[in-house]
Amino acid sequence: MSDSAASVDSLKTKVPAKTIGDITVPSPVFSCRDVDVFYGDKHAIKKVNIDIARQQVLAMIGPSGCGKSTFLRCLNRMNDTIVGARVEGQITLDGQDIHEKRQDVVQLRARVGMVFQKPNPFPKTIYENVAYGPRIHGLAANRGELDDIVNQSLRRAGLWEEVKDRLNQPGTSLSGGQQQRLCIARTIAVNPEVILMDEPCSALDPIATARIEDLIDELRESYAICIVTHSMQQAARVSQRTAYFHLGDLVEVGETNKIFTNPQAKLTEDYITGRFG
Amino acid sequence: MSSTNNSAVKSAAETQQQVRNSLARRYRAERRFRFYGFAAVTAGIAFVVFLFGTIFAQGLSVFQQSYVKLEVFYDPETIDPAGNRDPDDLVVADYQALVRAALREEFPQVEGRPNLRELYGLMSSAASIELQRAVTANPDLIGQRQTLWLLADDTIDMVLKGNVSRQAREDERRLSDQQIGWLNALEQRGDLDLRFNRSFFSNGDSRDPEQAGVRGALIGSLLTLLITLLLSFPIGVGAAVYLEEFAPRNRLTDVIEVNINNLAAVPSIVFGLLGLAVFIGFFGMPRSAPLVGGFVLTLLTLPTIIIASRAALKAVPPSIREAALGMGASRLQMVGHHVLPLALPGMLTGAIIGMARALGESAPLLMIGMVAFIVEVPQGIVDPATALPVQVFLWSDLPERGFVERTSGAIIVLLLFLLLMNATAVWLRNKFEKRW
Ligand SMILES: Nc1ncnc2c1ncn2[C@@H]1O[C@H](COP(=O)(O)OP(=O)(O)OP(=O)(O)O)[C@@H](O)[C@H]1O
Ligand SMILES: [Mg+2]
Repeated sequence: MSDSAASVDSLKTKVPAKTIGDITVPSPVFSCRDVDVFYGDKHAIKKVNIDIARQQVLAMIGPSGCGKSTFLRCLNRMNDTIVGARVEGQITLDGQDIHEKRQDVVQLRARVGMVFQKPNPFPKTIYENVAYGPRIHGLAANRGELDDIVNQSLRRAGLWEEVKDRLNQPGTSLSGGQQQRLCIARTIAVNPEVILMDEPCSALDPIATARIEDLIDELRESYAICIVTHSMQQAARVSQRTAYFHLGDLVEVGETNKIFTNPQAKLTEDYITGRFG
Repeated sequence: MSSTNNSAVKSAAETQQQVRNSLARRYRAERRFRFYGFAAVTAGIAFVVFLFGTIFAQGLSVFQQSYVKLEVFYDPETIDPAGNRDPDDLVVADYQALVRAALREEFPQVEGRPNLRELYGLMSSAASIELQRAVTANPDLIGQRQTLWLLADDTIDMVLKGNVSRQAREDERRLSDQQIGWLNALEQRGDLDLRFNRSFFSNGDSRDPEQAGVRGALIGSLLTLLITLLLSFPIGVGAAVYLEEFAPRNRLTDVIEVNINNLAAVPSIVFGLLGLAVFIGFFGMPRSAPLVGGFVLTLLTLPTIIIASRAALKAVPPSIREAALGMGASRLQMVGHHVLPLALPGMLTGAIIGMARALGESAPLLMIGMVAFIVEVPQGIVDPATALPVQVFLWSDLPERGFVERTSGAIIVLLLFLLLMNATAVWLRNKFEKRW
C-alpha cells in the first residue's frame, strides 16, 4: 500500500503543469501517465495524465474530435486493433502496467468492459448477444445460471420488458436505442471492474436515458465508470469527476461540481457555457 | 452582411430552375445506361440460348441408342462344351457365336460367308459382352432361351437416328443395300428400336461409338473435384483467415499478397507443367490419376478461393470485430464466432467459382496424363482416369459420326454436373446467409 502511494508520489513530480486541477486520486483503479496516442503521424492524444477513481463516475467532455473516444480506447487496449495506432506512456490498472507482456489482453478486456459509440450488437439473437461474454469466460455453470445472468443483465439495462418475449430474435432487429441498451446489458453480463461508455445515451430518448443514468448510479457502487458524453447536464447528473479534453490535450480535470460551477481554465469555461464548439 | 449574402446565395427560384435544367440530362444519361444494360443482357441471353440450343440439338439423341431384339439360345455346345460350368471357362467362351446364331435364326435365308459377315455387322461387339456378363452372373441360363434387346452397331444407329440417309448411294454410307434391307425388315417386325442408352452412363471410353460412355470421365471428374474441394477450401480459407486476421502487415505479407494475386492470373497449363514436374516427376505419383489431377486443380483454385475469402473477410464490418474483442474474446474466438459465420457465404461463392473453373479445366490435366484412352471406370483416386472436359476434347477429335453426338452428350453431362454443383453451393450459401 505504502509502496503504491510512493510510486504515485514519484509520478506526481513528472506531471507537466499544463493540466489544471487534481489529476490524482487516492488508490486509483487506473493511473495514466504521459499517455500519447498517434494515428500514423496524427498526434491524437498528447501527454495525458489522469487517475480514475474506484466507485466513481468520470465524465469526459470536449468538442468533437478532441480524442475522448481515443483515450477511452487506450484503457482496454482497443487501440491495439487499429493498424497504425500507437500508444505511448504508462497506463496502470491496479498498479500493473496494462502494456506489460505479463498482462493478458483478453483478461484486461474482461475486467474493463466497453460500450461503443455506435451500437454494435452481434448478428445473433438477443439472448446470444448477452450470453456471449459469460459463455466465453465460463461464468455460468449451466443453462439455468446463464438464463439468470441474461435476465439480470437485461433488467439492469432496462431492456427486459421490451425484449422478454423475443429473446430469440436477432439483436440487430431492435431499434437503435434498444441496441445500445443491449450492448450495455452485454457488457455488464461479464461483471467487469471498470466500464467504459462512449456516449451510451446519444441514441436514447429521455426515459431510456434516465434508466441508463440510474443504472450508472447503481453500478458506481461496485465499479469504476468512465463515460464520454456531449451532454453537460448528463455529465453533471451522473459523474463525480469531470475531465475536459481539447484537441488531444487534457485541459482540466476535477470534481464535477467544481468544474461546472467554477472552471479554472478559460477553454473549459468557454465550452461549458456554450461559447465554444 | 446582407449584401454579401445576396450576391453569394442564389434565390430559391433560380436554384430550382437550374435543378430542372439538369434533370433532362440526368434522365437521358440514365435511359442511355439502361438501354446499354438491356442490350448487353439480351445479347448474353441470345448467346446462351444459341449455345444450349446447338448443344442440345446435337447431343440429346445420345440418350437413346439402337437396340435389336434377338432370341438368344445359350447353347451349352458352344459356351460350355465340357459341361462343368467352370467359371474360368465361361469367361473366355465364344459368346459372339451365340449372337451370330441368333442373327441367323432371325434371317434364316441368308447364306454364304460374305453375306453372313454383313449380317453379323449389324450388331455391336458389346452384344456378346453382355451375354458373357449375364452367363457369368447366372450360369443357370445355359441351355435356356432368352429374348434380349442387344446393342446394335453404330452404323445402324446413325441410320435410325436419321443422321445417315437410307436413300444415299451405297458408296456414300457405311451400310450396304443388303444391310439396309435387313434393317428395314427388323424395324417392321418391331425388333429394332431406339431405347434409353444405358451404356452411355455405365461405360467408360471405347473405340466403338455405340459402346463409348461418360461414366469413366464422370467418375474421374468427380474424384478429381472431390480432392480439389477437400484440399483447396480448407487451405484457402485458412490462408485467407491467417493473412487477413492474424498475419502482421509487413513486407513479407505484402510479397505474399502480390504473389497470390499473380498466381490467379497464371495460365492453367503452367500449373499442369508444375504438377507434372513436382507430383509425378519428383514425388513419383502415378500418371493419369485423379489424385494428381486434384492436386494440380487445387493449386489452380487456391488463389481464387483465397482472394474471394479475403474479400469476404474484409467485408465483415469492423464494428463486429470490435464488439467481440471488447467483450474479451480472443482473436481466434472473434474470428470463429463472429467473423467466419458472416464471411462464409462469400467464401462459398469463391469456392463455387473456383470449383466451376476446375471442373472445366482440361489443359493442366493433359499435362499429367489424364488424357489417355481409358476404358475402365476408375475405382479409386489412384486409378487411371480422365475427366469430362478432356473426354469432350478426345471425342471431338474422332472421325466417326457417332462421336459427334457423344461429344455434345458429354458437354450436356458436364453442364448438368456444373449446374448441380452450383445449385448445391447456392443452397449452402443461402443456408448460412443470415439476413440481419
Ligand atoms: N482510426 C483512426 N485513424 C486515424 N485517425 C483517427 C482514428 N480514430 C480517430 N482519429 C482521429 O483522432 C482524433 C480524435 O478522435 P476521437 O474519435 O477520439 O474523437 P472524439 O473526441 O471521440 O470525437 P466525438 O465526440 O465526435 O466522438 C480525431 O481527429 C480523429 O480524426
Ligand atoms: Mg467519440
